Amino acid sequence: MNILFSRFRLLLAATVATLSWAAHAQLSIEITGAGATRFPVAIPLFENEGSLPRGITDVVRADLERSGLFSLVDMGLVTLPATAVPDLAGVRARGADAVLAGSLYPQADGRYDVRFRLFDTQKQTELGGLSLRMTPAQNRATAHRIADFVYEKLTGQPGYFATRIAYVVKSGPRYELQIADADGMNAQTALASREPIISPAWAPDGQRLAYVSFEAKKPVVYVHTLATGQRQVVANFKGSNSAPTWAPDGQRLAVVLTKDGQSQLYVLNADGSGLRRMATSPGIDTEPAWSPDGEWIYFSSDRGGSAQIYRIPASGGSAQRVTFEGNYNVTPRLSPDGRSLAFITRNNGRFQVAVMDLATRQTTILTDSSRDESPSFAPNGRMILYATESGGRGVLAAVSSDGRVKQRLSVQAADVREPSWGPLTR
Amino acid sequence: MKKFVLPALLVTLLAACSSTGTFDQAGGTAVEDRSTGAPGVATVTAPSMAGSGIAALTDPNNILSKRSVFFDFDQFVIKPEARPLVEAHARFLVQNPQMKMLIQGNTDELGSREYNLALGQKRADAVRQALTLLGAKESQIESVSLGEEKPRCGESNESCFAQNRRGDMLYSGEF
Repeated sequence: MNILFSRFRLLLAATVATLSWAAHAQLSIEITGAGATRFPVAIPLFENEGSLPRGITDVVRADLERSGLFSLVDMGLVTLPATAVPDLAGVRARGADAVLAGSLYPQADGRYDVRFRLFDTQKQTELGGLSLRMTPAQNRATAHRIADFVYEKLTGQPGYFATRIAYVVKSGPRYELQIADADGMNAQTALASREPIISPAWAPDGQRLAYVSFEAKKPVVYVHTLATGQRQVVANFKGSNSAPTWAPDGQRLAVVLTKDGQSQLYVLNADGSGLRRMATSPGIDTEPAWSPDGEWIYFSSDRGGSAQIYRIPASGGSAQRVTFEGNYNVTPRLSPDGRSLAFITRNNGRFQVAVMDLATRQTTILTDSSRDESPSFAPNGRMILYATESGGRGVLAAVSSDGRVKQRLSVQAADVREPSWGPLTR
Repeated sequence: MKKFVLPALLVTLLAACSSTGTFDQAGGTAVEDRSTGAPGVATVTAPSMAGSGIAALTDPNNILSKRSVFFDFDQFVIKPEARPLVEAHARFLVQNPQMKMLIQGNTDELGSREYNLALGQKRADAVRQALTLLGAKESQIESVSLGEEKPRCGESNESCFAQNRRGDMLYSGEF
């Protein structure tokens, strides 16, 4: 059941003119920058695709185009069946270095077998293939799986098209925690409230979210199982409870509590038991983020006089300062490989997404906007989703970790904020 | 007099939608179905508070009806002009030991939401400390932060930001 059917109209301002997206999309995506060199690939229509009510290859093309790493070579209405090796020289002559050939086979139960093979037109070799079974309504999910396959074969990195994102939409007095596919489609409301919701954080299993809700007139941390809607209060101590973040093992959460004074770091089990204080500082400690290897907890603190990022061993110990430039560096988020740190820096009065190479400590500002918040890495580390402001409204944006690819995701007539990119769950 | 009641965190399941398919594996890997909401996302509606005020505290001619303490930019100390208001509320708490108070600290919208939540807590704590120094009991007061989430004024300018840098005092029955 799609609760938000037809709530917002799709506004697609992408550079791809051939897309035919469903009309009930919530987030529209605008590509505002692309990689310098893009890999030319051809994704012709699959054999028998026309028998589906909604297509597959148009979604695959849109995914690949949006990544900024590929350019799509138009094959018109040509279809290349998965059963035969296509004329690779002919495809190459059209400018494509790789081509996907695919076919659909209707099954007696109404489902389809989708078979496809990817070819390198330069080396004249097959790069691999897959067979998926789907109902006609699963066209998008199938397409994201196919796009992930193509992406991984051609870049060597896992794709992120079959992942989900969480974010908060504020329209008037109403707050909704929404979950959508990584392309902004299929948005569903996990929680609706008349009080604010902030800081959604995906559990590593991709099935649960921790977040802060103000429905009790104060910040309280919940863990919410998406499929069932079951919610559990995991931190509701005297004072404020906020900034949940999952340990990589999915068993524990770091949270920020004020029960013993100012905002301080604590760790507890995902069911709320086993509370343990992580650090004691004379100032604010907040926004914890676990390193992917589980060794460190990064956080922001004013213990040195200005807001800076520090880290502390997850097993306890003394804190080390991580950022030194400027006087406002907050919201640390580790890349999935643990090698770089995204954060928000105040730069001449503008709040911008920066990324630090943790080995060299070199910092690069990735955006040219001024109200950026809440950076969140894609599971493969290539893109960073964040919140910013455009035209006086909250929008989501994404930038590649090298700063070249830029996208904006917005919902008409509403504020969107607090994005969090979910994990790979395959 | 209203009794102090913490909100029961009742969860209303509006829709438990799940049509999780188990697919025939023959001929290919089943595609996870998100198109119809499975593994679905069930929509939950959070309960809203039906707060009700107390007559003595809402009389506009009574200083006790004023509930906001304002702060300067990046400041967390109570200004001299707020002293009479804080003193009046401290007296009320001393004279009404059964009354409880929730202090909500607020900030302007600049910067990180979670960092602002921590800054708002410093403002709420400043009000709480002033009240307890004046005789209110620690057990009567809870100080929390709303950060930048509940601005009184929604525009992005300094006069608006000044109204949002504040601590609000709520009594039993109002939260």
